Amino acid sequence: MKPLRTVSAPAIAIDMPNVDTDQIIPARFLRKPRRPGYHLYLFHDIRRAKDGSMDPAFPLNQESAKGAEILVADRAFACGSSREGAVYALVDQGFRVVIAPSFGDIFASNSVKNGLLALVLPEATVRSLLDQLKARPGATISLDLEAKTLTSPDGKTIPFDVDAYVRETLLAGRDDITLTLEHAAAIDASLSRMASETPWLMPTKA
Amino acid sequence: MANSGQAQASGPRTLYEKIFDDHVIVRRPDGQSLLRIDRLLVHEGAFHGFDKLRLAGRSVKRPDLVFAFADHYVPTRAGPITDPEVINMVEMLRQNCREHGITLFDRGDHDEGIVHVVAPEQGLTLPGQLLVCGDSHTSTHGALGALAFGIGASEVEHALATQTVWQRRARTLRIDVGGKLSKGVTGKDVILAIIGKIGANGASGHVMEYTGSAIRGLTLEGRLTLCNMSIEAGGRAGLVAPDDATFQWLKGRTYAPKGELWERAVAHWRTLPSDEGAHYDREVSLDGSAIEPTITWGTSPETALPVSGRLPDPNSAGSAEAGKSISQMLDYMGLTPGMPVSEITIDRVFIGSCTNSRIEDLRMAASVLKGRKVAVPTMIVAGSTEIRRQAEAEGLDRLFAAAGCDWRPNPGCSMCVGMNGDLVPAGERCASTSNRNFKGRQGPGSRTHLMSPAMAAAAGLTGRITDVRPMLDA
Repeated sequence: MKPLRTVSAPAIAIDMPNVDTDQIIPARFLRKPRRPGYHLYLFHDIRRAKDGSMDPAFPLNQESAKGAEILVADRAFACGSSREGAVYALVDQGFRVVIAPSFGDIFASNSVKNGLLALVLPEATVRSLLDQLKARPGATISLDLEAKTLTSPDGKTIPFDVDAYVRETLLAGRDDITLTLEHAAAIDASLSRMASETPWLMPTKA
Repeated sequence: MANSGQAQASGPRTLYEKIFDDHVIVRRPDGQSLLRIDRLLVHEGAFHGFDKLRLAGRSVKRPDLVFAFADHYVPTRAGPITDPEVINMVEMLRQNCREHGITLFDRGDHDEGIVHVVAPEQGLTLPGQLLVCGDSHTSTHGALGALAFGIGASEVEHALATQTVWQRRARTLRIDVGGKLSKGVTGKDVILAIIGKIGANGASGHVMEYTGSAIRGLTLEGRLTLCNMSIEAGGRAGLVAPDDATFQWLKGRTYAPKGELWERAVAHWRTLPSDEGAHYDREVSLDGSAIEPTITWGTSPETALPVSGRLPDPNSAGSAEAGKSISQMLDYMGLTPGMPVSEITIDRVFIGSCTNSRIEDLRMAASVLKGRKVAVPTMIVAGSTEIRRQAEAEGLDRLFAAAGCDWRPNPGCSMCVGMNGDLVPAGERCASTSNRNFKGRQGPGSRTHLMSPAMAAAAGLTGRITDVRPMLDA
C-alpha cells in the first residue's frame, strides 16, 4: 500500500447528500476480480445521461477533473453497502482523499485498508469547500497528514483531527495483518478462553 | 500490553459495552482495540477476501468458526444456474470452503438461504457473540443480542487470517420506542419511522440499542427486521437485549447449545442487558402507538412517510440544498411535490430479502392476500429453504398462487440487489420489502418504495400504495 503523507492536487466537488456505494459502483460490477481498472465503474450510472453518453454536467466528466486526487462530498457519503469496490473505483481513478461531513462507517474502514483517507470535516467547512470548488472546479487543495492541516483553494489553512490509528496506518502504508499477528499469542489465548469459559459459543451441530 | 477480556470499565455498562469488553484482546493507547470474532460469515462476494488471502500466502485461522452461504448472485427461479459468471462465483466459494475446511450452506442443501436469515435460524447467531460478515446488513443479527456488523473485503481477509477485527469503541445511541404498536404496524414500520426521524446518517459512529415496550413486544422476526436496517440510519450495529422471547426462539435450533450447556449459556445471557443507570451518548425516543404503516417515497431510506402523509415540496424545504435534493429525488422517482402517498401507483411488488422474508413476514402477506387477486406482478421469495418448506406446509404457496403471485422455488437476495436476474425494469415502480431504495438498486432506472410485507401485499392488490389496516381481519 502506497503511504499517504502530503497531497497537493486538483479537487472536485460532488455536492449531493447520501451518495451511497450503489451510486459509486453499481452492484453488477462487483463480480469483477480486483485488478487495476475499477475506475471504469466509478459513478458508472450517475455520470451518464439516459442515452448512456457521459453527462457533461457531472463534475468527474469535466476537463477540470483531470488529475483530481481529492473529492469533496456532502453528508453520508458512501453510505449503504459494504462493497470495497467503491474504494477500489475511487483509488483506481487516482483519488487519495475524500472529504465529507460524514461517511458510511464501513466505507471509512475500507478506505484505510487501501490507502485512501476519508476525512471528516465540520459541515460548515465542507460547505465552504464545496462552494469554492463549484466556483472553481479543479482548484487545488493541499493536505498534510503529518501536520494534520489542509489548505483550501482560497488559501486558508485549516487544522483537522483524524483518528490516530488511521493516520499512522496511512502514513506508513502498512499492512495491518502483519501488525495484528504481532499479537498472535494474545489472540490464541482469547480463542482458548472462548472454548473453556464460554463453551456454548463453539459451534456444534445437534 | 493490555490483555485478557477481563479489562472492564467500572460502573454500569450498556449491552454493547459488555459484549465489546468481553472480546477485547488488545487495547491500543490510541483507542483502537483488537476484538475476537466468534462467528465469521461469508457469501459468494467474499472471493475478493479469499483472493487477497491466497495472494499473501496466508491460511484461514479458525475455519470451524467460519460459515459460508450463496445468496447474492444465485437465481431464485427453478433449475440450474446458467449465468457463467455466477456459476464461476459459486464454484469459487465451494472451492474456497473445501480448501479451507469451511462449512458451506450450499444451493440444493436443505438448509441454505440468505446469510442473515439462515445464521439466526440455525442457531449460529447467539446472544453475546461478536459476529462479522462482508455485508452491511450484518446488523440484522443484533436482534438476538449479538454484536454484529458488516466489514469490507480487506477486513474479511484480516478476519479469515486472524479471527479478529480492529475496532474503536463506538458511541452509543439508545432508541426508545414506548407504547404499543397498533394492528398492521410492524418492525419494518418502526425502523422506517426511526430512520425518517434521525436521518440516513443519524446514527453515524454509533451502535444503536433499541429499548422500550414496543420493542419488547416485537417477535424475534420483527426484531431481526428492525436491526437489519440499523445500517440505513448509518449505525455501526443495532442491538436488542436478549430476553425470554429470545431464548425461547433459539432453543433447540440446530447449532444452539444443548442440555447443560444451554442452561449455562442462558444464565450468562441474562447478565448481558444494559445495567440500570448505564450511560448512552445519545437518546432518542418515539411513541410506538403513534407509528402508522410507513413507506419511503425517495431514493434514501430517510424519506420515510406515514401512509396518510403527503410528499414534500422542494420550495418549503428550509434550505436551497435540501430543496435541490428533494427535487432530484422527486424527478428520479417520477412523483409530484405535495401529492398524497396513497396516490402513488405501483407497477410490481417484491416480498423478500434479508429484511422481510421470514415465516412471519410471509404469514402477514398471506393474511392480506387470502382470497384476493393481485393487480400487478407480485414476486414472493422465502429467505431460506427451511422457511419455504414451512410456508408450503402451511399452504401459503397455494394461497399465493391463487392470489396470482409468483412464489419462487429457491431462496436468495433476489430483487433487493439486482444482481441475480430478478430485476425491476427501468422506470418501473416497485413496492418492496427490502432495505434500500437507492437509485438503480433493483436494476438500472428502477424506482423503489420500501414498506412492510403487509403494505406490499396491499399495494399488490390495488396497484397503488394503500393503507393495509382496513384489509386486516379484526
